[in-house]
Amino acid sequence: MQYLVSVIDDKGTPGSTDRQPAISAFNDRLIAEGYWVFAGGLADTDAATVVDNRGEQPVFSDGPFVESKEYLAGVWVWEAPDLDVALKLAAEASKACDRKIEVRPFQ
Amino acid sequence: MNDVHEAVTRAHHDEWARVVAALTRRFGDLDRAEEAAAEAFATAVERWPADGVPPNPGAWLTTTATRKAIDRIRREDKRDDKHKEALMAHDDSPPEPLGAIDDDRLRLIFTCCHPALGTEARVALTLRMVGGLTVPEIARAFLVQESAMGQRITRAKAKIKATRIPYRVPAAEDLPARVSGVLAVLFLVFNEGYLATGPDTDPVRPGLTAEAIRLTRLIRALLPDDGEVAGLLALMLLTEARRTARVSTRGELIALDEQDRGSWDEVMIAEGHQLVRERLATGVAPGRYQVLAAINAVHTSARDARDTDWSQVLALYDQLVRLDASPIVALNRAIAVAELDGPEVALAAVDHLADKLTDYHAYHATRAALLRRVGRSQESRAAYDRAIELAGNTGEIAYLTRRRDQLG
Repeated sequence: MQYLVSVIDDKGTPGSTDRQPAISAFNDRLIAEGYWVFAGGLADTDAATVVDNRGEQPVFSDGPFVESKEYLAGVWVWEAPDLDVALKLAAEASKACDRKIEVRPFQ
Repeated sequence: MNDVHEAVTRAHHDEWARVVAALTRRFGDLDRAEEAAAEAFATAVERWPADGVPPNPGAWLTTTATRKAIDRIRREDKRDDKHKEALMAHDDSPPEPLGAIDDDRLRLIFTCCHPALGTEARVALTLRMVGGLTVPEIARAFLVQESAMGQRITRAKAKIKATRIPYRVPAAEDLPARVSGVLAVLFLVFNEGYLATGPDTDPVRPGLTAEAIRLTRLIRALLPDDGEVAGLLALMLLTEARRTARVSTRGELIALDEQDRGSWDEVMIAEGHQLVRERLATGVAPGRYQVLAAINAVHTSARDARDTDWSQVLALYDQLVRLDASPIVALNRAIAVAELDGPEVALAAVDHLADKLTDYHAYHATRAALLRRVGRSQESRAAYDRAIELAGNTGEIAYLTRRRDQLG
């Protein structure tokens, strides 16, 4: 089963900025053990653009779709046999990133 | 006829969890297992009066439920093959050598008490799937609308399926944390029965305490070497033993030192003491529930409140503080301190906890009692007022009100 693993940062109390080596080492392990499907860090929410073309004309607006203190800082997609495996990895991911992690299965 | 009715009730008590657990393992789906188990019990109600009670009711029920589930799958198969994709992840390996006598029921318990589920969902799911209580029964026990309780259970089952919470006994390294999660659920059920909350409810709901004890016994049978399981069972028994002495005929709670100790349940006390002794004899350092059970063993050993060995109680609280540094433990410790070193010393310790426990009724109730003992009536009254305001249990409110009004 595939899980979307979201890294959640907080503008009020951001995680530390020196995590790249730990994250890289963790990614290497995810790849070696066959869990890794995809990973990517995201640019700041200021860089987001929302597009709404449900009406007659596409409307572009600056900024994220929802303004909040907590925001999505990056994602993984993992392939794991069950939630216990995913949660165990997520606990390690949270340490590696120094941030909160949300685990959510794909349908 | 009555015998048959009794046999069905007993089978429901003894076999429900086994049937649901076996079917969940076989079909990988809690919903299907629950539905088929309910159908099998309904069939038993219909058939046993005419056919007689089968020699092995558990086996009969499992076979019947399995047949019902297969029938349903066949009917659904004709419609679509979708259900095959929705099976739960489960592990077919033979049971791990845990000393477990029934692996399937353990799997069921660990699944229902999974940490990814919210506490309320864990409680509801455990009572439904393992305890076999109906949704209306659970809804009544927790003063929740039936539809809301039904939804809570449905949502929990959907999360188990969607996220693939495994149907498996956790690995040895994860077991202590997961067992403690299961025990927390059972203790919550027990406490809700023991000190029921809500303005229109009886102060004690024996159905819930009995159910919690029954489920803890089941877990003890499955994990006989786990000290904390034994500790929780002992704690529940030693608490439950005092149930009838704890509420007056007018529905007012009676404090430990005012209870008629002759009406305590001696059989439960003997069993609780036996469990505490067994754990002491192992020489293994006790966990939180074992220490709490030991404290209750000291209280229930005194035939008269004045004979209570308070130094032993305090020593156990000191041990508990090292395991659980919560302010609530410190508050309870202060009650023992009051008996040994006097109310002034205890009051100083309690006042220390003001910041952390300002919204906790027992903090104010304890303080009120200590203030009364040192003759600070006016402050005592204010503390009783605050405790009454915060207390959720009708019997406790009645008790606190009487104590306050005695201040004169």
